[in-house]
Amino acid sequence: MDDRTPPLLVHNGEGFLLERFPLGTRVVYPPEALPPVRDVDEAIQNALLNPLESEPLPELLRAGMRLTIAFDDISIPLPPMKKPDIRQRIIEAVLELAAQAGVDDVELISANALHRRLTPNELRDIVGERVFRSFFPDGKLYNFDAEDSANLTHLGQTKHGEDVEISKRAAESDLLVYVNVNLVAMDGGHKSTSIGLASYKSLKHHHNSHTMIHSRSFMDHKASKMHHSAWRMGEVLTQHVKVFQIETTLNNDIFGGPLEFLQKREWEWSLKDQASMLGTKRALAAAPSKLRHKIFTDVRSTYGLTGVHAGKIEPVHDKTLENVHRQHMVEVQGQSDVAIMGVPFIGPYNVNSVMNPILAACMGLGYYFNSYRGNPVVRKDGAVILYHPVDYEFSQLHHPSYVDFFEEVLAESTDPATIEAKFEKQYAEDPWYIHLYRTSYAYHGVHPFYMWYWISHALDHCGDIVWVGANRKTVERMGFRSASTLSDALEMVSHSVGRSPSITYLHNPPHLLADVR
Amino acid sequence: MMLALEMYRSPAKFLAAKAVGGRIPGILTGPAAPLRLVTINEPKAERPGWARIRPILSGICGSDLGMVTGSTKLYFSAVVSLPFVPGHEIVGELLDDCEDLPKGTRVVMDSVLTCEARGVELCENCVSGNTNRCDRITVGHVAPGLQTGFCQDTGGGWGNMLVAHRSQLYAVPEALTNERAVLVEPLAGAVHAALRAKVQPGQSVLVSGAGAVGLFATLALRELTQAGRITVVAKHPKQRELARAFGASDVVAPDEVFRGVRRSTGAFRLKPDFGAGEFLLGGVDVAVDAVGSKDSIDTVLRVTKAGGRVVLSGMPASGADLSPVWFRELEVTGTYASAREEPNGRPAFETALELAGRAPLDGIVGARYPLYRWREALDHAHSAGRLGTVKVAFDVRAS
Ligand SMILES: [Zn+2]
Ligand SMILES: [Zn+2]
Repeated sequence: MDDRTPPLLVHNGEGFLLERFPLGTRVVYPPEALPPVRDVDEAIQNALLNPLESEPLPELLRAGMRLTIAFDDISIPLPPMKKPDIRQRIIEAVLELAAQAGVDDVELISANALHRRLTPNELRDIVGERVFRSFFPDGKLYNFDAEDSANLTHLGQTKHGEDVEISKRAAESDLLVYVNVNLVAMDGGHKSTSIGLASYKSLKHHHNSHTMIHSRSFMDHKASKMHHSAWRMGEVLTQHVKVFQIETTLNNDIFGGPLEFLQKREWEWSLKDQASMLGTKRALAAAPSKLRHKIFTDVRSTYGLTGVHAGKIEPVHDKTLENVHRQHMVEVQGQSDVAIMGVPFIGPYNVNSVMNPILAACMGLGYYFNSYRGNPVVRKDGAVILYHPVDYEFSQLHHPSYVDFFEEVLAESTDPATIEAKFEKQYAEDPWYIHLYRTSYAYHGVHPFYMWYWISHALDHCGDIVWVGANRKTVERMGFRSASTLSDALEMVSHSVGRSPSITYLHNPPHLLADVR
Repeated sequence: MMLALEMYRSPAKFLAAKAVGGRIPGILTGPAAPLRLVTINEPKAERPGWARIRPILSGICGSDLGMVTGSTKLYFSAVVSLPFVPGHEIVGELLDDCEDLPKGTRVVMDSVLTCEARGVELCENCVSGNTNRCDRITVGHVAPGLQTGFCQDTGGGWGNMLVAHRSQLYAVPEALTNERAVLVEPLAGAVHAALRAKVQPGQSVLVSGAGAVGLFATLALRELTQAGRITVVAKHPKQRELARAFGASDVVAPDEVFRGVRRSTGAFRLKPDFGAGEFLLGGVDVAVDAVGSKDSIDTVLRVTKAGGRVVLSGMPASGADLSPVWFRELEVTGTYASAREEPNGRPAFETALELAGRAPLDGIVGARYPLYRWREALDHAHSAGRLGTVKVAFDVRAS
């Protein structure tokens, strides 16, 4: 950044602002969107008929068999995809082959683990009208229920003594087809089945503060303890269940139409982009919060498909990672004293809902902070500066245990290991949360703990964490500080990083993965 | 003749006080208050067993404030005799020998005017030691009045002298300061409430309110029962701190009760349609209302588990929704003053004297006023919670 650089766009919840960064700030932009696959249906057919280290799908299908198709839930992609969803296209293709083979025992499961159930409309958005109508009314298309003990099967333990307990239907199927959308490198692979279809009993082996603090990084399954555990579980799982994994990768084309300026570099903004930026900014500023919320939750992205691979889990996932890295990886030379990130309106756990303070923290310090390979963008004991209003706002429908977590648990301690020891079990076993998870649309009671564990690596690594323009009370409850402006924030962190620190601004989203050398 | 604050009959002023309802204490204690500082005749102690007492400190109780602000139930009007000198939380000095207690003894007083004090044949309740339930509070040789401090003939703590019967008096141990001793009467009430709550070992308890009544109830529950988790509803920072010091396991804000109790008891939280109040399925085993407002009573009824017990320890307001009592088969219990014979086989005052000696009560009497500064004193007592004060008292000797 030099003195000719225009102010840069920073995401800030349901809005954005233009910020002038100090001279010398390094800006890391996400790479340009990769060119998409031209003929999506052809690519899908090709993947199903020429899988990696597996017989072609038609050869795995036969009359009288039990076929289960599991698919990623609403938490990806972000924002949700314009119709038709890629999952719909793949599921339709798989079902067509199954029909040709005379398979009639088919069930479709949303692999939502401890995430909230999807509403019928949300399921319909993913699988499409035809599939929805054929399966949903008979109860053959449904959400996974991690608390339905009668419908879970314990497949055994890994060599580390980790329980592998998954959906009984999936476990007892002759073939489990998994349909994945890989937006970030964290997803896919063995994580799909051995996390998406698993119970709390199984998940707690890796979703805990110790494992998550030692996962460097989540975007690199070879360096992530959580992924090591999932991979071990995958070994056990695939000994019992035949899995046909289908993974897809998307490009960075997430803001189309009038919001296109959001993914361009500021100095490349055309007059039209500038006009839509100003118009949008003004409209958002004038809109009542309800309308602003609606504008953002209605965003649908125009992603292009960059690849689809099917077959055995590991080789498929290797191909996926190649594609994801090709899209997201940015080389960054060396760590800096300060990293700055804007937290946008959406994260995996607030689709069609509210970004509460814990989710905002998780988005910045879980997702973005961990979006690196090698080393974090910010040096050890450096500072992270985040943008988000962090309003005191919770969805009682989707996040009932989050409110309690915020009010009760964080009031007592923000230390992940302490709260894990003292509170996690209570929350995980609270009958009301379990009831709401099973029958309403609530995240499992234990979910806020996972969000907090996820940021534990950042808490451990960073010297200072300061939020710009955020609600002071909510931020302080979480153990952070707030500043009204960027220069105040830099002033606040100056005792640890000095008066002229090296600064990196991560221009998220679209997503990027910093390959710090 | 002596100086005293006097509550006198003034229907117009009573209504005026009620109309402003305690929202504007400055006005209440202004010209509209049915209270005045006067010089009146001293009460007489002519019958056997009676003696004169010079109050040292005299507390201001919630029921006194209720009387001044007109929020007290008219139910009360039949059992007081106007004009009277208020003040029933006292520590004072005997001016006469009183049977076995020599002149000069420091005493505290169980203010209930029972059969024994009135010189009538003991009613059933007095016989059984349930003296706070005495049925003879309007007869005998003293004027009607449920307690000293509401009776024309006895005087009260807000004056330079009162008279009391030996059966009401307890000698104060040497080591107990006046600031602690003046708390013995409200502590005795708390002892009574805690024992009435019949908390079984390990049971969860909610105490709604962290004024003097709520805090002392918390203390007594912690000291005298084997309650498990005690959750206290407190509004102000100082109250939260004291609630913990007095034995609360956790403290919640008034708008946090449903959330907090649901969490700590693993209950289900239901919200009916059409704006009706929410309630819990499950909840605490025992709830103590130490506020008496409609909101507080509604809340405790709604967060107590089916078959649980609700103890009304503050003078209840009207208009609470009793549906939960029916639907959840709640046992609703009142507690009033304290008894000569409590379930632990002792007078509540004896237990309270012990508690007063060992509980963390330093600084609980947060402000002392001479009688002539009564308007400020009542103002202060009215906003005690907000100001971080638990108990405001008159320093009668300084008056
Ligand atoms: Zn009283
Ligand atoms: Zn009696």
